[in-house]
Amino acid sequence: MAEAEARISTSLTGTAALEESAPQIAIRNLDFFYGSNRALKGINLSLPARQVTAMIGPSGCGKSTLLRVLNRMYDLYPNQRATGEVMMEGRNLLDASIDLNELRSRIGMVFQKPTPFPMSVYDNIAFGVKLHERLSKSAMDERVEWSLARAALWEEVKDRLGSSAMGLSGGQQQRLCIARTIAVRPEVILLDEPTSALDPISTLKIEELIDELKRDFTIVIVTHNMQQAARCADQVAFFYLGELVEAGSATQMFTAPRERRTQDYITGRFG
Amino acid sequence: MPESTEHIVKSYEQELHRLRSLITEMGGLVESEVALACQAVIDRDDAAAASVVEADPKVDALEQQIQQFVIRMLALRQPMAQDLRLIVAGLRITGDLERIGDYAANVAKRSMVLGQFTLPFALTGLANMGRLVQQSLKTVIDAIGEEDTDAAVQVWRSDEEVDGIYNALFRELITYMMEDPRNITPCTHLLFIAKNLERIGDHATNIAETLYYAVKGEPLAGIRPKGDTSAYAVVRPPSE
Repeated sequence: MAEAEARISTSLTGTAALEESAPQIAIRNLDFFYGSNRALKGINLSLPARQVTAMIGPSGCGKSTLLRVLNRMYDLYPNQRATGEVMMEGRNLLDASIDLNELRSRIGMVFQKPTPFPMSVYDNIAFGVKLHERLSKSAMDERVEWSLARAALWEEVKDRLGSSAMGLSGGQQQRLCIARTIAVRPEVILLDEPTSALDPISTLKIEELIDELKRDFTIVIVTHNMQQAARCADQVAFFYLGELVEAGSATQMFTAPRERRTQDYITGRFG
Repeated sequence: MPESTEHIVKSYEQELHRLRSLITEMGGLVESEVALACQAVIDRDDAAAASVVEADPKVDALEQQIQQFVIRMLALRQPMAQDLRLIVAGLRITGDLERIGDYAANVAKRSMVLGQFTLPFALTGLANMGRLVQQSLKTVIDAIGEEDTDAAVQVWRSDEEVDGIYNALFRELITYMMEDPRNITPCTHLLFIAKNLERIGDHATNIAETLYYAVKGEPLAGIRPKGDTSAYAVVRPPSE
């Protein structure tokens, strides 16, 4: 808890310009292969600390692959490998020596469809925490409340913590998944199209939440919704056919992108 | 990489075309207003003056139409990047064109008053200024259709020359007024006419700047050439 508070206090000035923010993660010369298919080609990109980076691009461009590389999700599958560097606090996350459980507690992920566990709201949050920490009942209660409050869900579920999470609405379920992710107090949150299955109001709630969360966490979001990227992101990266075509501030990318391919994509001239 | 410039949604592409053609139409109307207004002054042509005054409400109506069209596009299409810049530029250019139309109408009205006076001097300077301003306006309106930034830069630079002629004219007209008080009424109208033409030149320059940004995504670099020093001009009668 003290740690989280420390992060909050250092991030009060956190709306600084992109270049002023130190990178949380620096990706260098990253290649990724599905078997012999090279799905990411020489990616170089910095993810600034406590800022939102949106990754955009047509289906199959590699943006979700990159997200899966960041927390080594690909390790679960045979014949998939990454080369290059993903540096975080001086360590290459691609190294075989990295403890994957620890890595995934530091880099959490939320998926496209809400994935609540078939258990109570309380246990959904406590489940992940128990894997990493031994907490007393009261400390766990506190952590559950903190996570749900940070995910802007506490007020809606505080009287039904013991009820099944499957009874929540889609938007509530997705916020529960975000609460579950932040419960282990990660440093980075990866969001893979987190609102594509939600209605517009639930979507706006998630976007408001992202805005709140970036004070404490570094956020990477993959989205197909340009307006969402424009609304949420500080930095936007455009991918095409496995290459990073262009990255820049959201303002620059959406008003005057440097690359013709970016321009054509975001204005809807090819897809 | 596909080289297409057409939007995937055809109706959006058609709307962008329609916006361009509405602006060009308004530009054409304003261009002819300015030409007729200059003709009214130089050739003392009251019929030309009357047709400018008649045309101005059409320009205003087009401005309204374009504004509503732009707001609708912003709301329904949520444009990005170059589309966004062009659509917002459309709104700004329309505003400049509307002002130019107003100045032309004012010139036309003053030309009718001027028609009641016999002028003991030629209007060579004013005719030159009118030609230059009309040329700038024509160039910049053609540039909108072609998205021609070279032409926009050319118009942006030429404004200094218009200002130069205006300064000379300002002094010339004051001199006529000092020579003979009977010149005061026509010369005062001529001063306003010259000022209106100079302002038309400024708005043509605004359009050039807006167009440049819309196409290139960056502002026209450097300080805008400004040559209107008439605000500081003093002309004294010869000492007795």
